Amino acid sequence: MPEYALLRINRPLHWFALLTALCTFLLLGAGGLVTSHEAGMSVPDWPNSYGYNMFLFPPSRWVGGIFYEHTHRLIASGVGLMTTILAVWLWLKDSRKWMHWVGTAAFLLVVAQGVLGGLRVVLADAQLGIFHAILGQLFFVLTSAIALFTSRFWKRLENIEHLTSNIQHPMTGYRPNVEKMDVGCSMLDVRCLFLRRLVLSTTILIFCQLIIGATMRQQHAGLAIPDFPLAYGKIWPDTGATAVQGYNEVRMNVIAENPITAFQIILQMTHRLVALAISILTATCAWQAWRRLGKKDPLTKLALSWLGLILAQALLGAATIWSNKAADVATAHVLGGALSLVTGALWCVIAFRRSAALPEFAPVTTISGAYGGAPALAANK
Amino acid sequence: MKKISLILIITALAGAFAATAADIIGTVTLNGTPPPEVPYTPLMNDSTCGAMYKTAPTTHFYVVGPNHELADVIVFLKGVTGKSTGASQPPVTLDQKGCLYTPQILAIQTGQKLVVRNSDSCIHNVHIVPDPQSGNPESNQVQMPGGPDLDFTFSKPEMFMKFKCDVHPWMFAWVSVFDSPYYCLSGANGKFVIKNVPPGKYTVEADHRKLGTRTQDVEVKDSDVTVNFAFDVK
Repeated sequence: MPEYALLRINRPLHWFALLTALCTFLLLGAGGLVTSHEAGMSVPDWPNSYGYNMFLFPPSRWVGGIFYEHTHRLIASGVGLMTTILAVWLWLKDSRKWMHWVGTAAFLLVVAQGVLGGLRVVLADAQLGIFHAILGQLFFVLTSAIALFTSRFWKRLENIEHLTSNIQHPMTGYRPNVEKMDVGCSMLDVRCLFLRRLVLSTTILIFCQLIIGATMRQQHAGLAIPDFPLAYGKIWPDTGATAVQGYNEVRMNVIAENPITAFQIILQMTHRLVALAISILTATCAWQAWRRLGKKDPLTKLALSWLGLILAQALLGAATIWSNKAADVATAHVLGGALSLVTGALWCVIAFRRSAALPEFAPVTTISGAYGGAPALAANK
Repeated sequence: MKKISLILIITALAGAFAATAADIIGTVTLNGTPPPEVPYTPLMNDSTCGAMYKTAPTTHFYVVGPNHELADVIVFLKGVTGKSTGASQPPVTLDQKGCLYTPQILAIQTGQKLVVRNSDSCIHNVHIVPDPQSGNPESNQVQMPGGPDLDFTFSKPEMFMKFKCDVHPWMFAWVSVFDSPYYCLSGANGKFVIKNVPPGKYTVEADHRKLGTRTQDVEVKDSDVTVNFAFDVK
């Protein structure tokens, strides 16, 4: 096969996958606004809206909390349709069999997510809201991964052992910048195995953090601890019954008026501690990636972006408390969490693919071997 | 002749009962200064609801009189169950007016009808969120402007069952349900009366939604008993 053909991708499919991921991100934001505005039950029926077919519900009735819930449903329907098209497209046009199943998984996940959202309303079960929030995050990871898998970047990773620096389009003579496209192939080193495991562990911890966050939000109790960086003026707050009663006496929430409990206080403290651990771990990941892969490596750049994202996310978390859980700030915090999870997950996918490709065309480097960025592709041929 | 005898016996028994039943009366006060009430800012940000007010209404978590009298405290006989007369009592009305529930604290008996009204020109949803342990069912019903009243009855006793509107998430009411007629709410002057309590020893409990619970043991004989409660705000 000509080398240029190895890099050929279905560009419309890739852009559509990218658009689906983007709309999923938008959907997460819309869902976040629903919970932030305590509007999850403002449309009591499902799949209808106030007895209307969802798509015929008059905009004049989109008032108050209904606006957030109904637009969330409409965006979700759009994402559901896009995911269905994407799954069919992948079956028809993607030559990789495993991608057919990835598309099918996305389809099944979006259906499950829609049903879960509907059941949360119909059964009035707040616990289902937690699963709905978590599944939404996982679905965003999947759609982002599909966008990655359909990209030229991924194609290059898949065909890394067949590529040289002399790639040229047979008709147009176009010559891609190989150096720019270099994806690196130095991941088999034992030290990089450590890095991969470190990033994977951090990503799993972020996922756990999202579960904690979703549980906190679905308590519908506002802020369990109203101050930061201290907690009720202490490093660790008193969670005794008398103290909690005292906290509730002075809480003057206009919305989310559930009394707080010791469990919710401990949950928020856990969220803070895990956030600290994630910040330290991502900083370590970025530092290790810089040291082991070199500053030009795409994975190093991604790790540095990840660190920046996590720091911004920590700031948003603090701002959520300082703003008394303002709806837009809290929702931005949810979206920051989603981006953090996706960044970590895609880093892992890329790194594991790189390491999987390596043994077929490159000698195993030793721990003491030369290290400092990816070796050129041509040199490995 | 038999009928006349029966009427005489019933009248005599009723008279004897009335003579022995007494009221538990008292006052609820609050020591300390509660936190200031907060304005319903989200209400003012809503174009329909905000248009009903010139200035933002505020919460009523602590309704305190000039001499520290505390209103909206539910006072009842603890542990008295299975004596509900709710089915024969007149309905209690909970109104949605000015995008707020009115009143926000109320009490009824099991089997007593609660009528929820929408006096506003906008849509509300009446979302009842009971304690999952209580056995009362959760429900969520739409109430259009000018729509018919919604009637509810509850079969299980529960303290501060939450009523909310998710369209307007600042709207709350808390309904306490009792399995006996021996309960009341303290008024604006902090005073309360539990009427016609049969003789016996009781524990009287006073519950404020934010301040928690106070209890006192009393013995009712043939005259009114006075019990005062004092809450402290930290």
